Amino acid sequence: MKARVIVTLKPGVLDPQGKAIEGALRSLGVAGVASVRQGKSFDIELDADSREAAGRKLSEACEKLLANMIVEDYTVEYE
Amino acid sequence: MNSPLRAAVILFPGSNREGDVARALRQASGEPPAIVWHDDRALPPGTDLVVLPGGFSYGDYLRCGAIAARAHIMDAVRAHAAAGKLVLGICNGFQILCEAGLLPGVLMRNAGRRFVCRMQHLRVENPSTPFARGYVQGQVIKVAIAHGEGNYTVDEAGLAELERSGRVAFRYCDADGALGDGANPNGSMNDIAGVYNETFNVLGLMPHPENLIDPLVGGVDGRGMFHGLSAA
Repeated sequence: MKARVIVTLKPGVLDPQGKAIEGALRSLGVAGVASVRQGKSFDIELDADSREAAGRKLSEACEKLLANMIVEDYTVEYE
Repeated sequence: MNSPLRAAVILFPGSNREGDVARALRQASGEPPAIVWHDDRALPPGTDLVVLPGGFSYGDYLRCGAIAARAHIMDAVRAHAAAGKLVLGICNGFQILCEAGLLPGVLMRNAGRRFVCRMQHLRVENPSTPFARGYVQGQVIKVAIAHGEGNYTVDEAGLAELERSGRVAFRYCDADGALGDGANPNGSMNDIAGVYNETFNVLGLMPHPENLIDPLVGGVDGRGMFHGLSAA
């Protein structure tokens, strides 16, 4: 099974990298950019019999390592 | 002093201040620390103090300190801390302690987006621990900082608890000890430069006291920490 885990900063957490990217896009003349928040994505192949089983494993992966739950949230998408 | 402090410095791939902290420990206690590889399972018998040094463990992959916090040796470091023995994390070591759950909060990217590498004044907030007993309350010391992710962030309840229980060890300040925007190099909440765990046997701090132990390099204000630790 293939899944994509997306880790993002929780709302309200300052994101200096996102701000820098936002500024760079403006300076490049890309119109209409209101704001940028930077996150991370992980494409993961895993052995699992069902989406439910995969979801459990991926939650474990996120909470143990992929996300710092103090300042980050995660979502999972399946192919 | 009954017996010299027995210290162990943990070496992760990408650590780079282990030599500096080993020198500071040797200068203060007369004994060189053991250097322990991250993939080892145990600390040397009789270890009093574990130090997680500065650097860029695992190239800061994923998040600063995230991979190192899951290294094999960290189970032994957790057990050492749970037994009430001393753990000191400096810079990347502070990030590792937060990622390992041994200290609350997280070190985020500096609010000003720049890596800051310069001298910095700190105000000693709580010297009633083995780490800081070489200083006095309110003392202003000058040490070095060198980090891109030192912006200490913790949830509101966690911050209130740190303040209430005297767990803020050091704050960023100016040369006169005044706090404020200009004196805070990275946006840390409440100007926090270092925090203790709830039993005051684990300290994490972003600045580098180990680099200020010799007049040749600009001051000796860092000595207090290592002399204090050695005076057990």
